[in-house]
Amino acid sequence: MQALLDQLDALLANNSIFTLQTLSFYGDGLVTTVQLVFMSLIIGLILAIPLAIGRSSKNGLIKWPIFLYTYVFRGTPLLVQLYLIYYGVVFVEGIQESWLWPVVKDPFVPALVAFTLNTAAYTTEIFRGAIKATPKGEIEAARAYGMSPALTLRRIVLPSAFRRALPAYGNEVIFMLHASAIASVVTLMDLTGAARFVYARFYAPFDAFLFVAAIYLCLTFSILYLFRFLEKRLLAHLQPMT
Amino acid sequence: MLDLQGYGPRLLEGAGVTLSLAVLSLVLSVVLGLVTASAKMSRSVIAHRLATLYTTLIRGVPDLVLMLLLFFGGQIGVNALTDWLDDATGVDIFININEFIAGVVTIGLIFGAYMGETFRGAFMAVDHGQIEAGKAYGMNDRLVFWRIRFPQMMRHALPGLSNNWMVLLKTTALVSVIGLADMVRIASEASKATREPFTFMLVVAVVYLLIASVSELAFARLQKRYSIGYGEMD
Amino acid sequence: MATTPIPLEVRNITKRFGDTDVLKGLSLEARKGDVITLIGASGSGKSTFLRCMNLLEKPDAGELIVHGESVRFKNTAKGREPADWKQVVRMRAKLSMVFQGFNLWAHMTVLENIIEAPIHVLGKPRKEAIEHAEALLERVGLSHRANAYPAQISGGQQQRGAIARGLAMDPEVMLFDEPTSALDPELVGDVLKVMHGLAEEGRTMVVVTHEMGFARDVSSQVIYLHEGLVEEAGKPADVLKNPQSPRLKQFLSPKY
Repeated sequence: MQALLDQLDALLANNSIFTLQTLSFYGDGLVTTVQLVFMSLIIGLILAIPLAIGRSSKNGLIKWPIFLYTYVFRGTPLLVQLYLIYYGVVFVEGIQESWLWPVVKDPFVPALVAFTLNTAAYTTEIFRGAIKATPKGEIEAARAYGMSPALTLRRIVLPSAFRRALPAYGNEVIFMLHASAIASVVTLMDLTGAARFVYARFYAPFDAFLFVAAIYLCLTFSILYLFRFLEKRLLAHLQPMT
Repeated sequence: MLDLQGYGPRLLEGAGVTLSLAVLSLVLSVVLGLVTASAKMSRSVIAHRLATLYTTLIRGVPDLVLMLLLFFGGQIGVNALTDWLDDATGVDIFININEFIAGVVTIGLIFGAYMGETFRGAFMAVDHGQIEAGKAYGMNDRLVFWRIRFPQMMRHALPGLSNNWMVLLKTTALVSVIGLADMVRIASEASKATREPFTFMLVVAVVYLLIASVSELAFARLQKRYSIGYGEMD
Repeated sequence: MATTPIPLEVRNITKRFGDTDVLKGLSLEARKGDVITLIGASGSGKSTFLRCMNLLEKPDAGELIVHGESVRFKNTAKGREPADWKQVVRMRAKLSMVFQGFNLWAHMTVLENIIEAPIHVLGKPRKEAIEHAEALLERVGLSHRANAYPAQISGGQQQRGAIARGLAMDPEVMLFDEPTSALDPELVGDVLKVMHGLAEEGRTMVVVTHEMGFARDVSSQVIYLHEGLVEEAGKPADVLKNPQSPRLKQFLSPKY
């Protein structure tokens, strides 16, 4: 292990930009990006399920507020949402002197909140579409076999809706990975933040940004293949027999 | 007119920048999209591979990274070019990459890739019999394209086009990062100066929603126009 | 006295799709005023043969002579291709195709469909094209639907519009590819009536059809194809009333 590191060090010694130090910036950035994206996706997903069910409800008091939420969050740039939440917290009167400051000063938290609310809005609409696309006959069959509406939702509608939503959700995951780059705007040291730091220090835009672009490309393809694999497994029943 | 602590007029200007940036990028992306779609459908292997490489790279990398790369990298590229010109001919010029043009080029390039997919699918959706009828009546390829394939393709492309436009509109916010004074940039400056982020960011959000809603209506009308002849029997 | 050129001559056309020989050397000569019907079971090659006549399918071998002008071919890596696409365009403008699926352009009204090729291919003035189109619409009984879009009218009306579109080119020959096969039975009659009228006024026509009544009453020549070859050909009175080949006999016998 040590020998390997030494070799790497020797290789990097001839390179003024990609030193062990800058590589560790990129490494930390990668961890931050993955954490941020993964956490916001998970929380967003958990929020989206009840929201999608509510959005499909016939009750206007439930349906319309959720619609308003998804409309606003899908209709405005994520950057504006991020600024709103980031500045909104930072500029609260007296917060900089309070005990909360160490927690909220870190841009990770506002970024996480903004990204979560954003992905929850998109995911809600994806699930709503999938729920709406449930074949009527399947619901009728469930009713005919004496299932209650709640049981029908849980056993019939949701399982098939999740499967149908998979391709669109895969796109949403990739979208979130790419969108997370804007966290660097509020000084978060994610992957893009690391690249901007390296650029600013060495004034080497091609090295700094092409390298990070390659990392994003790898991440994108990993997600793509993961979802292809999942689709193959979970949507096999929709494929014609060969 | 809202005064907004004196930021009202500047925000309005910023909204103008956002809108013109979005429209110009849309035009560029449609042109690039048509070229990409033709390349993907062409029989030339090289054109096909180049188009695939372009769409894959663009869709695999975050918009912001591409924008930073093209803006900062582009400046270095241009500098190298003018330096070379200076050495070779003694003509010393300095070209500063304009943020607005950099924004249009980057967003146009990004969405050209998405438009390419939209147009390709739409061209494929045109019924082959329609094209055959054109050929059978003595139309050459150019005539078949402009009189039949293109107008029929537009009907299939419009939903995707409208979708891309909505995403493009929101992507323009990223140019604030490279220093262009669009409405997000001005709202962010105002937020910091006045410590009232809610006022400014909410105004900006409302303007985005307004543009999005108006475009939605416009696209619905366009869709109706291009769906002419696909209606129900009467 | 100089003889006018024969509108359409086809000699020894062959065509192969993959490993299957679809056409194994077919010839046909349509003189002025001829109505030639091509009959045969599905898969006999009759539609492919018709489509070869205006090069929607490219024949692998054989000759194609339109109004005395022979279409030139060249051999390329991808097979035999027309040598001069301008010539193809010119020759196609002389042959109007009526399709089984109508193929009226969906984004244009019936009238716009009819004037499209005369204006953009033949270069006719718009006004003249419209006048001609209106007369043709009258003729096929579709004047009242001139401004309708194809999707808004019935299949029978679409096909009559398509025939008017064909006539608007003042073609040497009208090619019909199973013009009534996609129609509901009650709409077939109107289309056949229009075609009957065209035959009576001396139009040169080549018709692929399953309508034996039309073949019997209207055509000057019937060609029965089987697996890419002419099995029997001649006057309808001979071929249809007194078939020689056992296959044609079976083909013509009532199915039930």
